[in-house]
Amino acid sequence: MATSDKWRFPMTPTRYVLLVLGALGMLLMVYRLVFGLGSATNLNNEWPWGLWIGFDVLTGVALAGGGYSTALLVHIMGIKKFSPIARSAMLTSLIGYLLVMAGLFMDIGRWFNFWRPFVSWGYHSVLFEVFWCISLYTMIQLLEFGEVATEKVQKRWHGIFKKIMPVLLIIGVLLPTLHQSSLGSLYVIEVGKLYPLWWSMLLPVFFLMSSFFVGPAMVTVETMLAGRAHGHKVDLGVLQSLIKVSGYMMLVYLVMKVVDLVYRGAAGLVFQGNLEGNMFLLEMVAGIIIPIIICFSPKLRASKGGLVTFGVLVVAGVIINRMNVVFTGMSGFMGGFYFPSVIEWLVSIGLIAIGVLGYLFVVENFNILPKHRHGRATDSNVPAEDKGAVKYSV
Amino acid sequence: MSKGVLVDLTKCVGCGSCMVACKMWNKLQYTRTASDKGGEASLDAENWTVVNKVETKKGNESVWRFVKNQCLHCEEPACASACFSKAIKKTKDGPVVYDANLCVGCRYCMLACPFNIPKYEWDKTFPQVRKCQMCSDRLHAGESPACVGVCPAGALTYGDRHNLLSQAREKINSDSSYIKHIYGEKEAGGTAWLYISDVPFEALGFRTNITTRPLPQYTESILSLTPAVGLGWGALLTGMYVYNRRRNEIARENKSGKDNG
Repeated sequence: MATSDKWRFPMTPTRYVLLVLGALGMLLMVYRLVFGLGSATNLNNEWPWGLWIGFDVLTGVALAGGGYSTALLVHIMGIKKFSPIARSAMLTSLIGYLLVMAGLFMDIGRWFNFWRPFVSWGYHSVLFEVFWCISLYTMIQLLEFGEVATEKVQKRWHGIFKKIMPVLLIIGVLLPTLHQSSLGSLYVIEVGKLYPLWWSMLLPVFFLMSSFFVGPAMVTVETMLAGRAHGHKVDLGVLQSLIKVSGYMMLVYLVMKVVDLVYRGAAGLVFQGNLEGNMFLLEMVAGIIIPIIICFSPKLRASKGGLVTFGVLVVAGVIINRMNVVFTGMSGFMGGFYFPSVIEWLVSIGLIAIGVLGYLFVVENFNILPKHRHGRATDSNVPAEDKGAVKYSV
Repeated sequence: MSKGVLVDLTKCVGCGSCMVACKMWNKLQYTRTASDKGGEASLDAENWTVVNKVETKKGNESVWRFVKNQCLHCEEPACASACFSKAIKKTKDGPVVYDANLCVGCRYCMLACPFNIPKYEWDKTFPQVRKCQMCSDRLHAGESPACVGVCPAGALTYGDRHNLLSQAREKINSDSSYIKHIYGEKEAGGTAWLYISDVPFEALGFRTNITTRPLPQYTESILSLTPAVGLGWGALLTGMYVYNRRRNEIARENKSGKDNG
């Protein structure tokens, strides 16, 4: 099925809902482009950055980090046991970045000028590095996907893509390392504005580390979901070793956070009981400490429930962290009020819906999940594959 | 020589002629919604300068003070360093100016500014960033900014920043009623606009806990690491890739050797 020349996309009720949400999002995106940011969003002079930058871009890029961390582990460090999840992780990352690009495009006020930084080099800006790296990395990921795509379409190009993969992979790990950290550097200039629990010269390091350790967590969540939807057995062993990579990095992250807070004399702010302190505690306890405990207790780690809890908590923790940097940490200084408008929510939701549909389409038509490749290699029995197809239910 | 303006807050009578002159010279709209004078006045896309009335205490007596607010034109502007398409630049004369043709509309300048000055045209389809340009065209022609020219109270002095600083220092040292602080001398690494006052600046709504290190230095110290990190990490990745590929090849050869033998 995966390599057959026919295209398939069986519609289910969930997919109809996603399709409607996606279409609505697209419609509102057109509205925003025609009528401007002011009429589509609740952004204002006190809050120039809102949901689209905070969630769609800053959080989206971090959550799409599963691609580069997996590429590093599997293709560069050559840890073969992780290779079953490599393609799906990299696909999620590609889709994630495409959504980020869309979110970014929505958020720029003078969108007809989006290409300016390519010719007018404001190289002293962190955003310049972010812009170049994200654009180039999305290109690289599209080319990387070329290797997968040419297994089905334009097959004569496959050899070329295979040949250039090593270069793509190396650049494809290098670029995210640079811009994941730069997203943190964006807020270094908020010195004295961003609440001291989050502002630090180490922000780039923290952003980089969290984007790396959230990778395996995303892969875990996504593998479980895909496993359920596509009715194939998830290899818990692979996920168990994978989340240990996260666990060790989270330990280092936790220690660095504590040392950094003490060094800057901000440790006392943690237990003040104010909004900032509580949100920081939530982020650290739910998103870092509990997952570390799950990760290093063999019993919890071995269970499916433990793995899912780990994945969900780490992902939620990183989302809360980015939201804290963009909103909670800035609110004290910014004043004013901001809550995303209905249009902002619907555009964000629409983008995610489009992403999910895209993921499902690619997974069902290309060699992404290990089951398909396995099935093709050992079993070309057509009826059996048809039986598998019935179980697609998302 | 970099120009600047010295604001002596003890002299301002709150007449608002500076903000009228600003509107006229820069062809800014009067709006009913945003006031440009009084306690509630705030900068926005059409208000490049406002005069705030502040009621405060000096010793035991209640006093009014009028605070002119506009872009301070930092010596090393955070907004210009944050701009990724060079739409904001510091000119040789001193003003920090904006070029809408280069602007993408990311609004990072608004976040970067330590004084929260740049404002946005939220009601436009293709909004511009708006703020005081220090009448850079007038300065270039050898004139003073429009607001300075019309001030009837002598609260605003235009000149070389260097000279203004020594003037201000002389003033606050010779008159005991002044606070011994020139706002803008060191804030954010120094600004073209300088303020002296007889009531503490924090009581007048100034941000006083501002870093004295120029803000661009924070990010530049990080950005300057990028090439080294990029090259080093790239080399390491390539090394790891080549090493692991070779190791796998050897493992495969050994395996097939064993199978044959």
